[in-house]
Amino acid sequence: MKLIKSLATAALALGVASAAMAEDKTKVGFVFVGPVGDGGWTYEHNQGRLAVEAEFGDKVETVFVESVPEGADSERVMTQMALEGADLIFTTSFGYMDPTINVASKFPNVKFEHATGYKRADNVSTYSARFYEGRAVQGLIAGNITKSNIIGYIGSFPIPEVIRGINSAYIQAKKVNPDVEFKIVWAYTWFDPAKEADAAKALIEQGADVILQHTDSTAPQAAAAEAGNVYTFGQASDMAEYAPMPRVSSIIDNWAPYYIERTKAVMDGTWTSTDTWAGIGAGMVGIGEITDAVPADVKEAALALKAAIASGDVHPFTGPLNKQDGSAWLAEGEVADDGTLAGLNFYVEGITGEIPQ
Amino acid sequence: MLKIEKRASPSKTWNWAAPIMAVALTMIVGGALFGLLGVNPFQAIAKIFYEPLFGEYAFYYRPQLMIKAAPLVLIAIGLSMGFRAGIWNIGAEGQYIMGALSGAGLALALYPMELPILLPLMVIAGALGGMLWGLIPGYLKVKFGTNEILVSLMLVYVAEQILASMALGLMKNPEGMGFPGSRNLQQYPSAHNAEIFAGSGMHWGVAAALIAVIFAYVMLTRHMFGFQLRLSGIAPRAAKFAGVDPGRMILICMGLSGALAGMAGLFEIAGPAGQVSIDFNVGYGFTAIIVAFLGRLNPIGILLAGLLLAITYVGGEITQSQMGLPLAAIQLFQGMLLFFLLAMDMLTNYRFRRSTKEAV
Repeated sequence: MKLIKSLATAALALGVASAAMAEDKTKVGFVFVGPVGDGGWTYEHNQGRLAVEAEFGDKVETVFVESVPEGADSERVMTQMALEGADLIFTTSFGYMDPTINVASKFPNVKFEHATGYKRADNVSTYSARFYEGRAVQGLIAGNITKSNIIGYIGSFPIPEVIRGINSAYIQAKKVNPDVEFKIVWAYTWFDPAKEADAAKALIEQGADVILQHTDSTAPQAAAAEAGNVYTFGQASDMAEYAPMPRVSSIIDNWAPYYIERTKAVMDGTWTSTDTWAGIGAGMVGIGEITDAVPADVKEAALALKAAIASGDVHPFTGPLNKQDGSAWLAEGEVADDGTLAGLNFYVEGITGEIPQ
Repeated sequence: MLKIEKRASPSKTWNWAAPIMAVALTMIVGGALFGLLGVNPFQAIAKIFYEPLFGEYAFYYRPQLMIKAAPLVLIAIGLSMGFRAGIWNIGAEGQYIMGALSGAGLALALYPMELPILLPLMVIAGALGGMLWGLIPGYLKVKFGTNEILVSLMLVYVAEQILASMALGLMKNPEGMGFPGSRNLQQYPSAHNAEIFAGSGMHWGVAAALIAVIFAYVMLTRHMFGFQLRLSGIAPRAAKFAGVDPGRMILICMGLSGALAGMAGLFEIAGPAGQVSIDFNVGYGFTAIIVAFLGRLNPIGILLAGLLLAITYVGGEITQSQMGLPLAAIQLFQGMLLFFLLAMDMLTNYRFRRSTKEAV
C-alpha cells in the first residue's frame, strides 16, 4: 500500500517537474568530473558556464556539481538536476555516456549534451573538440626544441581521444626531427596531481626534456619547473602561470561559444540532437601564446601550421602513414576519415610501446 | 585542574552517546564553516539532512539513499566481524573490485544467453572472488605472520590494475568502438540486478544488506562464533585457552568480509553501475571502514551509520547544486564526522576528574 502511494506521488511529482520547466527562466545544469579549480578541463567547462551566465543574465540560471564520479553517482546527480527543473544539462566527461542516455530516456523534455561520447538520442547531443589539431602544433614545437630527442607524454586513459593526440603530436615531431622518440606513461586518471607529478618526474628521469600531458592538473608543470630546462604545454587551460618557462604554449578548450549557442537554441525552441566535432577553425580549440623560450623561426612555423589547419589546407592525419606494425594506413595525400579517427586505437609507425589492452 | 583518567571498564552510556555527540558537533563546526563560506549554515545543514528524506523530491532520493547505503552496510558488516576480533581488513575496496569482476566476467562470458539463474550464479561468483582476494592476506598472516593491514591495502592497488586491464582488454565491449568499458549489464536482462519493485531503489543488494544485518545481529548475540569473535578481540589469550584457533579465526574473518565486499561489488556492477569501467570503484570499501566504526561495530548501528553517510552524500550533492557549496566543504563535513567520533570515543574509555593540589 505504502509502495503504491509513493509510486503515485512519484508520478505526480514528475508531472509537477515538467510543468515547472514552463517557467521563463532557462535552467542549465553542468555535471563536472573534476573540481572547478583544477586549472584544466573542468575549469574551462566552468568558464563556459560563466559565459552562459554573462551572455543571458537574468534569463538563465546555471547550476553545477563538481567531482562527480562516473557511473551510478552521476546518474543521480543528473536526475536531481532534471527533477529540479533543468532544461538543458551538459555532462562533461566520457564516462557519463550511459548514465546520460539512461536519464535522458526518463526525461524526454530535458535536453542533454554529452561531451566526447558517441551515443545520441532525440534529446541527447554529443560534442567534442578536435584537440588533435592542437596536438599537431605542439608536436611541431616539441620536435624542434628537444635537445635529448626524448619527448615525454602523460596519457590519461588509452581511449581514442588520447591516442589521437599522441599520434598527431608524434607525426609532426617526427617531420621536423627524425630522431625524436616518445616515452608514454599512462596515469589512469584525468585529475590527480600526485600521480601526474610522479609521471612527469619519471619521464624527466628517463631523459625527456619536453613533457606533453593529457591530464588536467598543473602538477606536471610544477614538476618541470622544479627540474629546470624542461618544456611543457598547458593542457585544456592556458596554465599561463607557468609561462614563459616551463610552459611554452598550450591547448585551450573554448566551450563558451558552443554553450551559449546551445542554450540559445533551447530558449528559442530550435534545439535538435546533433553531433559536433569542431577544431581550431571554429575556435573550439585555441593555441595559447607561444612564449619567447621558443626560437622565433619555430614559433613562426607553428603559427603557420595552426593557420593551415584552421583554414583546412592541412589535415594532421595526411598520408603516407603506416600503422605501428608497419602495415599501410593512409596512402600518399590520403586524409583519415572522421569515423576512423573517432575510434582510433593504434599507434602510427615509429612510436614504441604498446597501447594497454 | 582537570585530569584524564582511564575508566575501569568502558562506559556504556558514552558508547552510545559518542556518535550522537559527534553528529551534533559536526553540525556546529560544519555550520560555522558553511557560514564562513557565505552560506546560511542553518539552511545548508537543513538541506543536507532534510531534502533527501522529506524534501520535494524525496520520492526519488529515498530509494537513492538505499542504493548508496547498501554497499556501505554490506561491506561494513563483514569488516566489523574482523574488527571485533582484532583482524584488520583494510582492503575491502580490492575485494569489492574482484567480486564485481568475477561476477561480471561470468555474465559477459555467457552473453547473450538468457538464463534465469544467471544472477544468483553471479552473486556466488562475486562472493567467491571477494573471498579469495580477502583470503590472500589472511593466509599470508597465518602462514608467514605478515601484517594483514599492509597486505590487504596493497592488494587494493593490484585489484585496481586488474580492473583497468579488464576494462581495456578482456572484458571490453566489442561494440564499443575502441573505448574502454564492458557491455552494460543493465541491458542484459538475465544479468541485470534490477530493482525488485520499480522505483523503490530495492535491488537485491539492498535486500542482501538487510539480511546481512539481521544475520550478523543474531550471530553476535546468540551464536557461539559471535562470542568467540568478541573474546578474541578483548582477550586473545583467554580465547586461545577457550579453544579458539586464532589462525582459523583470521581465515574466517578475512574470507567472510571479503565475500561480503565481493557481493557488494557484484550487486553494484550488475545494477547501478552497469559496466566494468576503469574507475568503477568509488571508495565504498574505504568509506565502509568509517561506517563500521561510526556504527560501533554493531549491526544495527552500522545500518544507521550507512544511512547517515548516504544522506550526507546525497544531501551534499543537493546542497552543491542548489546553494553552490563547494564539494570540498561537503567532504570536510563528512571528515569531521569521523574526527569527532574518534575524539568523543576517548570519553568511552577515559574520564575527566578534577584533581586537587593535595592529590599531586
